[in-house]
Amino acid sequence: MLLLDKNYFDLFNLPRAFAIDERLLEQQYRDLVAAVHPDRFVTDSPEQRRLAMQAATLANEAWRCLRDPCSRAAYLCRLEGISVDSAARAGASAEFLTEQMEWREALDEARLGARRSDLQALQVDVAEARQQVLAAVTELIDTRADFEAAAGLVGQLMYIDRFSEQVDEALDDLS
Amino acid sequence: MSPEPHQRRLAVGIDLGTTNSLVAAVRSSIPEVLEDEHRHALLPSVVSYCDDGRVAVGAEAAARAISDPDNTIVSVKRFMGRGLEDARRYRTAYRFIDAPGMVKIQTRGGDKSPVEVSAEILKVLRRRAEMTLGGELYGSVITVPAYFDDAQRQATKDAARLAGLEVLRLLNEPTAAAIAYGLDNGVEGRVVVYDLGGGTFDVSVLHLSRGVFEVVATGGDSALGGDDFDRRIVEWALRETGLVSDKEPDPIGSALAAGVLSSADLRAMTVEARRAKEVLSEATLTTFACPLSDASAVRLPLARERLDAITADLVSRTITVVRRTLRDARVDAADAGAVVLVGGATRTPAVRAAVASFFGRAPLSDIDPDRVVAIGAAMQANLLAGNRGEGDDWLLLDVIPLSLGLETMGGLVEKIVPRNSTIPVARAQEFTTFRDGQTALAVHVVQGERELVSDCRSLARFELRGIPPMSAGAARIRVSFQVDADGLLSVTACEQASGVKAAVTVRPSYGLSDDEIANMLQQSFLSAGADRDARALREHQVEADRLFEATRAALGADGELLSEAERSVVESLLARVTEARGGTDADAVRQAVDALARGTEHFAARRMDRAISRALSGRRIDQID
Repeated sequence: MLLLDKNYFDLFNLPRAFAIDERLLEQQYRDLVAAVHPDRFVTDSPEQRRLAMQAATLANEAWRCLRDPCSRAAYLCRLEGISVDSAARAGASAEFLTEQMEWREALDEARLGARRSDLQALQVDVAEARQQVLAAVTELIDTRADFEAAAGLVGQLMYIDRFSEQVDEALDDLS
Repeated sequence: MSPEPHQRRLAVGIDLGTTNSLVAAVRSSIPEVLEDEHRHALLPSVVSYCDDGRVAVGAEAAARAISDPDNTIVSVKRFMGRGLEDARRYRTAYRFIDAPGMVKIQTRGGDKSPVEVSAEILKVLRRRAEMTLGGELYGSVITVPAYFDDAQRQATKDAARLAGLEVLRLLNEPTAAAIAYGLDNGVEGRVVVYDLGGGTFDVSVLHLSRGVFEVVATGGDSALGGDDFDRRIVEWALRETGLVSDKEPDPIGSALAAGVLSSADLRAMTVEARRAKEVLSEATLTTFACPLSDASAVRLPLARERLDAITADLVSRTITVVRRTLRDARVDAADAGAVVLVGGATRTPAVRAAVASFFGRAPLSDIDPDRVVAIGAAMQANLLAGNRGEGDDWLLLDVIPLSLGLETMGGLVEKIVPRNSTIPVARAQEFTTFRDGQTALAVHVVQGERELVSDCRSLARFELRGIPPMSAGAARIRVSFQVDADGLLSVTACEQASGVKAAVTVRPSYGLSDDEIANMLQQSFLSAGADRDARALREHQVEADRLFEATRAALGADGELLSEAERSVVESLLARVTEARGGTDADAVRQAVDALARGTEHFAARRMDRAISRALSGRRIDQID
């Protein structure tokens, strides 16, 4: 099948870059998945149905990968042969580690004291930090093509996303 | 291209519910629930094995529920794909038998798997549909609770097969409801479906736009429903009358154990509890009145306020699930464009009030909450069967409700496919050997959100054998998960480091094996007095017809993808099928079908490529505009 040897950007006819037109990505995904979804081939031969499942699976995977900035950046690094896991371990800066510890303490304290406003403030801090990292990743990948450095930041992004979920959960527990 | 009107394929949507089941179909572009000869749409999901060997289903069986409780199975859906321990939690009086994978129920008619019991219900609906629509069904869409796990889905599909139904798709109940609201009432945007049925609770968050129904997140509790409300009323009555002590944590279990209550009494009280609950949806006060087998009677006033109090925790459990699901969907309660109520249990005023207060808006229930799922399923069945009309072009993107993973060292779960992944989805993970010369690896597949294997549901265990001896850590074993559009999983493991490949595909352990199903089919068939070869021939003929028709349609749509020489090969394969189809040799039919399938594989691949190119080039033209 045509789809199988393409990278996810080619699959959706999009430029291979971190900055992405999200609306266009969504449209391309919708158009592709609508064309190949198994629901379109229910009355077809078993082989045709198998191919439809394979194609729709690939479209779903590509969409999942590209829509999330963190996995999109990791994918771009991987296309350059750089694994995010090892880069993240090597590239964790002392500055970021300190920030992590401060956030964690703030979360524990706010949780213990059941302080909603502190949790909300933390949410804002984390969201700002995320924006900064995203800007840096855009610069590193799209302008400087420094995938090693970008991979290190992707590790930070993963941490931020996980932590931000924990803050959300803590807020939910208060409601 | 839709078939000519006279060629319309008969396709139905079936809501196989805990309490009631329905069948619906699109007729003259209008979806409608099909009624039986007494103009009843709802078929009570009750099956009774009578002493004359007959199997009663529906209202007739429900009438026997009190007089013959042990041989009359109600709410069988709760036991689908479930083991003994889970089944016993429901505090029913059935005699359960521990069978591998799934529990069985001892009845006069023999030991029955929940799959067989469900098949009886489906058979009645199938007959009703074939009578009403006037022909053999091409296929069906059967709904399942969104929160059903793989075992429960597989069991449902097995039941359909046993009932002789071709399953075009298993469809999640809240998604079916969203389809009905989206297509019939023009609901758009973010939609939350709150579906409280007889035995299951689902909540789904969908995004509806431009003909795409996208499920963003789904959550639920497959063991929470209207039945639990009824049970609370029975427990309350037992305590209130002093039949059991106020402090007894399990009034029903202890009353049964102490002989205070017979299984017929329990059934009678449960029936009365449901009646009282339904009355309290309109009235604020009723009387709970139920004669017992020892000639005494229970008679108690029950106010709506009291009902609300004894079921408040059940309602709040549903709201907790709603909150968690909204978080998964990254949607605030205030962002929901519409909130839709589905399932008979949403008639309970306390449920409506809780939903309204949580979302800060009145929920919709314009379409009958008992029927909306069957109606949505009928619309989907009609579309899938290829009966597409003008503007009838929409697509459904659904998700898996629970994460899928593998057991790793120390009884921990490694998640492979996270919950709320859009299906179909595939994911693979590499593992290695931990001993020198290790030639086998045990693979344990689980489903659930918890970190410990013991807290998740075990789906399958198998062993990958024949790994060439290597030093520890040198083997590369790739375990692949594929979830299809029905939400059903298959797992393959394969050793790749040496180039030697060993692979195994599992069907989860709880499901019936193909042999078991063949056996059951054969039994039911033998009792009907016909013979096995005739059945095999009939099955191959149906398959031949389907493939023939599919190939003809494909040639009509994309025939120019084949050279003349290729086309004539396909034509000759088609002719061979026609010829074999006319005879009585089942093997010859099968061989002709296989040959046609193999001979059109390259054609299938080219058609898929064309579909892909068209989808993407269409967008490029738009961009130029």
